[in-house]
Amino acid sequence: MSKLDQAEFLRLIDVIENFEVLECYRLLCPMPVIKTQNKLKDMQVGEYLKVICTDPGTMADIPTWSRINDITVIGFAEFDDHTIQFLLRK
Amino acid sequence: MTELSNQKPQRKAVALISGGLDSLLAARVVQEQGVHVEGINFYTGFCVEGHTHAIRKKDKEKQKRNNALWSAEQLGIKLHIIDISEEYKDIVYNPKHGYGSNLNPCLDCKIYMVNQAQTWADENGFDFIITGEVIGQRPKSQRKETMPIIARESGAEDRLLRPLCAQNLMPTLPERQGWVNREELLGFTGRSRKPQFELAKKFGFEDFAQPAGGCCFLTDANYSKKLADLWEARGEKHYELDDIMLLKVGRHIRPKPNFKIIVSREEGENNFLRGYRKEFTTIHTVSHGGPLTLVEGTFDKEDLKLAAQIVARYSGGKSADKVTVEVDNFKGSSYVMDVKPMAAHEVLEEWHI
Repeated sequence: MSKLDQAEFLRLIDVIENFEVLECYRLLCPMPVIKTQNKLKDMQVGEYLKVICTDPGTMADIPTWSRINDITVIGFAEFDDHTIQFLLRK
Repeated sequence: MTELSNQKPQRKAVALISGGLDSLLAARVVQEQGVHVEGINFYTGFCVEGHTHAIRKKDKEKQKRNNALWSAEQLGIKLHIIDISEEYKDIVYNPKHGYGSNLNPCLDCKIYMVNQAQTWADENGFDFIITGEVIGQRPKSQRKETMPIIARESGAEDRLLRPLCAQNLMPTLPERQGWVNREELLGFTGRSRKPQFELAKKFGFEDFAQPAGGCCFLTDANYSKKLADLWEARGEKHYELDDIMLLKVGRHIRPKPNFKIIVSREEGENNFLRGYRKEFTTIHTVSHGGPLTLVEGTFDKEDLKLAAQIVARYSGGKSADKVTVEVDNFKGSSYVMDVKPMAAHEVLEEWHI
């Protein structure tokens, strides 16, 4: 798991190509974590999920939740539009 | 994989993890006995954690963490976070066992959460439930008389184990069946935190959370007052999730019964309130720096002028003869007007919720 700059994150997204997207605009923690958890329940092991958040608290909470629930955070980045985007692998 | 026929199956327990010390310790005590433990945490909408830290800029530099997640990581267990915010409304509106000192329905809340944990345990093949309750720890929900009520009314019955005070209670199913050794459970009682601190030290837990009023906004007198005001203004006990979020933000001022204003106190709150411009009429100062303000309720142009005078009071132009404000209707229309800022004594104390 690592915090990336925007360009690195976008390169990762380009490489992965196939991923689902979960939008958590304006949601405050723990709702982005809950939505991520529920979304991943319906996905297969090995599949990728991009999560778009606006709460800075997700930078701590989503990696922690992922660590304890065996989900891999490929990377995350803060964007100029004030979003924080994560790429996760189940 | 080989399995000895006489080997006892590993029992599984689900622990209610609030993020506080007691639930952390209770889970660890049972883990120490070889039980597989996973955590469950409920989101009611009134959780103190996260929201205000995320909103207020002055808190931005603080280390942010969700203490329930932190606890789970310390314990090395999975944590399942369940959103009960919709169903929880009925508990807040009509708690069977009444409110605590504020609008906190602690006993009904605990019963509901244990009930939900029991349902989760049944669905996921877990044998029993753990809570961090201690007899006498909290005046409303953690008393010797309330312990059997929670067990009975939640439906968990004797599958509910309180490891921190088990020795003061009747043996539960996990104890009677030998899934856990009662002798290795504890007999804590009362409001003293010393035994918990000693146990935390023994287990090597440091930097654990110690929220003074628990982890729920409903235990907070100021917050409860705002919620009561909301219900009174609407003539019924009703709220949406956005309502209870907004109660955590800004100055709430009700100059007339038919409307109130929510005035941001700093940049972080300004940014947060900006997200509501499509649902609320807003006022912001144009001629001077100032807070973004939401207007909530039913109001006419005179009311908006009154609101603007109050907003001007909290702007950089509070000493000016006039302040120019813009009023934006959530439907898209807007207009500008000049107002004289109210003097401090004109913003009446009783208007502040």
